[in-house]
This record gives sequence, C-alpha cells and structure tokens, in this order.
Amino acid sequence: MATSEATSSAVRTAPLLDRLKGQAPALVVILIALLPIALMDLSTWLVLTLAGLAMGMMIFIMASGLTLVFGLMDVLNFGHGAFISFGAFLATAVMLPLTPWMEADSVWLNLAALLPAIAVAMAMAGALGYVFERVLIMPVYGNHLKQILITMGGLIIAEQLIVVLWGPDEIPLIRPLTFQGSFTLGDVTFEKYRLIAVIIGLLVFAVLSLILSRTKIGLLIRAGVENGEMVEALGYRIRRLFIGVFIAGSALAGLGGVMWALYEEVVTANMGMQVMVLVFIVIIIGGLGSVTGCFVGAVLVGLVANYAGFLAPKVALVSNIALMVIVLMWRPQGLFPVAKR
Amino acid sequence: MLNTILSGDFPRSRLLTIVLIVIFISLAFAPFLFPGTRSLSVAAKICYFVVLVASYDLMLGYTGIVSLSHTMFFGIGAYGVAIALNNMGASWGAVLLGTIVGLLLAVVVALVIGLFSLRVKALFFAMVTLAVASAFAVLASQMSWLTGGEDGLSYSVPKILTPAYKLMDDKLFGVRMNGRIVAYYLVFSVSFVLFLVMLRIVNSPFGRVLQSIRENDFRSEALGFQAVIYRSLASCLGALMAALAGVLAALWLRYTGPDTTLSFDIMVDILLMVVIGGMGSLYGSVLGATIFILAQNYLQNLMGAVSDATAALPLVPELFHPDRWLLWLGVMFVLSVYFFPTGIVGRLRSSS
Repeated sequence: MATSEATSSAVRTAPLLDRLKGQAPALVVILIALLPIALMDLSTWLVLTLAGLAMGMMIFIMASGLTLVFGLMDVLNFGHGAFISFGAFLATAVMLPLTPWMEADSVWLNLAALLPAIAVAMAMAGALGYVFERVLIMPVYGNHLKQILITMGGLIIAEQLIVVLWGPDEIPLIRPLTFQGSFTLGDVTFEKYRLIAVIIGLLVFAVLSLILSRTKIGLLIRAGVENGEMVEALGYRIRRLFIGVFIAGSALAGLGGVMWALYEEVVTANMGMQVMVLVFIVIIIGGLGSVTGCFVGAVLVGLVANYAGFLAPKVALVSNIALMVIVLMWRPQGLFPVAKR
Repeated sequence: MLNTILSGDFPRSRLLTIVLIVIFISLAFAPFLFPGTRSLSVAAKICYFVVLVASYDLMLGYTGIVSLSHTMFFGIGAYGVAIALNNMGASWGAVLLGTIVGLLLAVVVALVIGLFSLRVKALFFAMVTLAVASAFAVLASQMSWLTGGEDGLSYSVPKILTPAYKLMDDKLFGVRMNGRIVAYYLVFSVSFVLFLVMLRIVNSPFGRVLQSIRENDFRSEALGFQAVIYRSLASCLGALMAALAGVLAALWLRYTGPDTTLSFDIMVDILLMVVIGGMGSLYGSVLGATIFILAQNYLQNLMGAVSDATAALPLVPELFHPDRWLLWLGVMFVLSVYFFPTGIVGRLRSSS
C-alpha cells in the first residue's frame, strides 16, 4: 500500500519537475531578482530592480538584431556597435538644434523633438546597415575568420567617420524635460527615464515576439534560423529575408543607441564598442540566435550588474563575466539554445 | 647556418628579403643610424611590437583562432614587472620575479579561457575573449592600490638601463653611450631571439599541426590531433610571448598604464598590423609592425600637409586630419582582408 502511494506520488511529481525544467531559465531570473531582497531593504531593491530592468531593456533592443542575424545567416557582426554610435550621434544632431523644444515644459514639444530624432536615427542606422551588409559582409559569407576581421575593420572605419563628422570630443546631451527627474511611489523614488526605457523595451519585445510568432515573415525567419536550406528549398529567398532582418536589426541598434545616449546623457564615438561587450555577453548567455534568450539574458545582465554594483561596487563589470561563466557551465549553448547549433 | 637560425623558413621573395634585411639593419644600428630620443623610442616600440604581433599571428594566422584578449596578456606581462619594480625597488631580482609571476599568470589565464571556450566556434571565442579582456581592463583600473589605477605606475628600472648610467665616457659615432642604449639593445636582442623562437615553433611538427587545424580541424582530429588541446597550447604560447613583449615594453617605457597596455585600441592596432603585414607568416608581423608604427609616428606629418593643402575644400581636410590616420589604415585593413588576405608578405611571395 505504502509503496504504491510512493510510486503514484513519484509519478505525480515527475511531470511537475519536467515542466519546471522547461521553465528553468525564467525561474532562475526570478530567483536572481528576488534573492537580493535578503541583502538590502525593499525600497533600495525596487530602485535597483527598475534600474536593472531599464539597462537590460536597452541592451536587449541593441542585441536583438545581432542575435537574429546570427541565427539566420551565421553572421556575427562585430561592427554592430557602429550602428549604436551612429544612431546616438544622428539623434544628437537632430536634438541639439531643437534644444528649446527639449527644454520646453510640454510633453508634445518634447516629443516633437525626440520622435524625429529617433526616426532619423533608426532610418539612417538601417540604411547604414544595408550598406554595411552589401559592401562588407556579403563577400565573406560562410567564412567566420574573415567576417570577424572585416566587421572589425568596418567598426574602425565607422568610428573614425563619426569623429570626422562630429569631432573627437564627447557631446553632452540632455533628456527632454518631461523625462527628467523622478516620481515617488509610496516612499520609493523612481527615475522617470528608467520606467520609460522599460516600457519601450517591453514594447519592442512584444512587437518582435508577435511578428516572429504570428506573421508569415516571422514564420519564415524562425524557419530560417532552424534550417535555412529547407526554407530555400521551399522557394523562399532567404538572402532577401536576411537583408530585411539585418536592416531591422541595425535600426533597432540605432534606437538602442539613442536610448543609451539619453540614459548616459553623453555621446562618444566609441560608446558602441563599450556597449558591445555587454551585448556579446547577453547573446552568449541567451543562446546565439534566440530572441527570447536575448531578452532573458539582457534582463539577467542588467539586474546582476545593478545588484552587484550596489552590493560590491568594485566587481560590477566582472560580475557579468562571472554570470556568463556560470550560465555556460550550466548550459554550454546558452539559456535558450537554437536547435541548429 | 642561416637555415638553422631561420628554421628553414626563408622569406622566399627577393624584394621581401631586401626589405627584411633593411629593417633588421635599421633596428640593429638604430641608435647610430637615427640618433635622437624619439627615433630610438620608435625603434624600441617596433621591436617589442614585432614580438607581440608575431605572437598574435601564431594564434590568428597559424592556428586560425581569433582572440580579442591579446592586449590582456601584454598587460599582464607589463604589470607584472611594473608592480614588482614599484614595490621592491629597482633591482634585477624584481624584474625576474615580476616576469615569472606575469608569465605564470598569463599562461594560466590563457589555459582556462582556452579549455573553457576553444571547443566551440571561432566567433564564440572572439566574443568571450573580448568580454574577459574588457573585464580585466576594468579590474586593473579598479585595483588602484596595486596597479595605480587609471594613472598607471611610473617606476625606476635597474640603473644600467637608465640614462644616468654611462657605458663609456667618449661618444661613439657621435652618440652618447648611456643606459638607454643598453636598454635598447636589451629590447632588441630579446625581441630578436623571441622572434626566432617563434619561427622555430611554427616550422616544427607542432606548427604543422596548428596549420592543419586551421585548414581543417575535422580532418586533423581524424588524424589523431585533438583540436582543442592544440588550440589551447597555441593560445598559451601566444599569451606567453605577448607577456614577454609586455615585460620588454615595461622595461623600456619605465611606465605601465591602462592606455599603453590594456586598452582595446592596442588590440585594434595589433589586428591591423597582423592583417596588413600578412597572416600566416611571421615575417608579415615584422612588416606590419614596422609599417604601422612608422605610420603612427610619421604618417601624421604627411597627412597634416595634405590637410593643409586642401584646407579650402569641404570635409576633405577633416578626412586628412593628422589624427585620422587610423581611418585610412582601417580602409587598408578591409581592402587587404578582401584582396590580399595573406597581406603584403603573401603578395610579395606570389609575385616572385
């Protein structure tokens, strides 16, 4: 009697564990987000969590295109950081002449300065992505070594061109008045801009997920990531699809660059390269080619960086490396491995 | 004799031979041919960069692994000596201790990174090394009690290497024989020996295995050579040599800081030198380092002239601004990856 009960309970628990296994990465994120509560008081934790989420979202926006491009075409663009910097500089070029609008005490005037800046940044970063793909990357498909070298070369050229166009000095940037400052909820003060960054990041993630899971294009992209040859055999031109994804990814990098610049309130020619370190860590953690993985990885990196920055300031950047090492020891292919690789 | 010294790996091109001989003679007699502090510094920089770039070529050109953390190992070597000299005073014991500790650390770090991430694709290794190197740079600037932080360390080297030391009272060929000459010849001869050692390594059976892994790791594994082991060994060797180059740099500069050893800009420089000079041939690193460092120091003058001459035109003077030399080297880099992936050396060899 007792044995049968034990077996039946074992039968009952086994599927639960199996179900949990599939969700393990999400659970880990929740665990990592909740653990630090024990080490700090609640209001600090809330502030840090928001900061971490904001940072994570911005990195996600910058990294999503890169990881998709890799999944689809096995191309890793080390020059992705150039789109980030370009986006930031273009937006600055639009916003600086509109400084009075940025400083005006009106949401609409602020948006009238900000939205065109974002639009220009995304459009031009996308266009730059197109040029980059056609001129630099297309001749070296399938050769990883040359890809790395060529895209690094592209990054050097792009960074230098930025300096040619905008000068070598860093440019200070102010946020639109509406997004400055903070608001209070209970006894906790939140920075407005961080909340907005989180909202934009979630929107981008939602839109990307919807496109990927609900549209024909998304279906083709996902199929292409799984098995590109099969998609081609069915009569779809995967090259064209790829260019589309590349342009979209570059545009997103431009958007991320604008948001990062407004977050840091300064633009420099090598900001793209600095952020790229985080971007690479994120897509490695997430699993190369996976957008969901990229999202989870970005949130993880953002949260860990902020908690670590508070608990042990000296190890903030090293904490990301530690995170990467731990994740890779647990899952060598990243949190959400893509089947093909 | 020459065959033994060069490990049977001759330049195999008349022009290349001439250029290499010119570079060798210029470096060997640099203090007398190009008197002056600045040109001596340029010559010393070329010497230790030849070692640094050749050690990178050992990994990139011969084994086909893309590491972006080579400056980290350069920095480990430099900081090892710098910290030892800074804390123990200017003695050869400190230099020795710092070198040993630096080399050990470099090999261990390279081994850990290698075993951890070399089993997978080239891209992955590049990303991991980039992340690790940037973390290391942050770490070095954070631990200011040990490394001097952003300011770096200035220290004194053993007296025989300083300008105050007099080798002989009279001038030789109009050059004052002080400790800087001794220091230069230390850097030059160690660099030369290290270069020959690397030439020996890449032309040994071990080097052949590395090249076979570069060409086709699957087949090499089928022949019984475990790719991950050989790749890790190559990256350890590269790290070791880079650290030694770092030691030389630290002794020559008498200063070690993040900007001169750890910054990503130097990594980019190394990449440019290897690719422009020629991947997969150590002579390429000699050419690459020489051309690049000469360009770094003297191309700016030329570009300044162009910039002034075109001052009336829009944007053109900006493109030729003396500080924009990296732009043109970047363009050259991309073009050389496309059109002559074996670099200048490969070009010279195929035309002969």
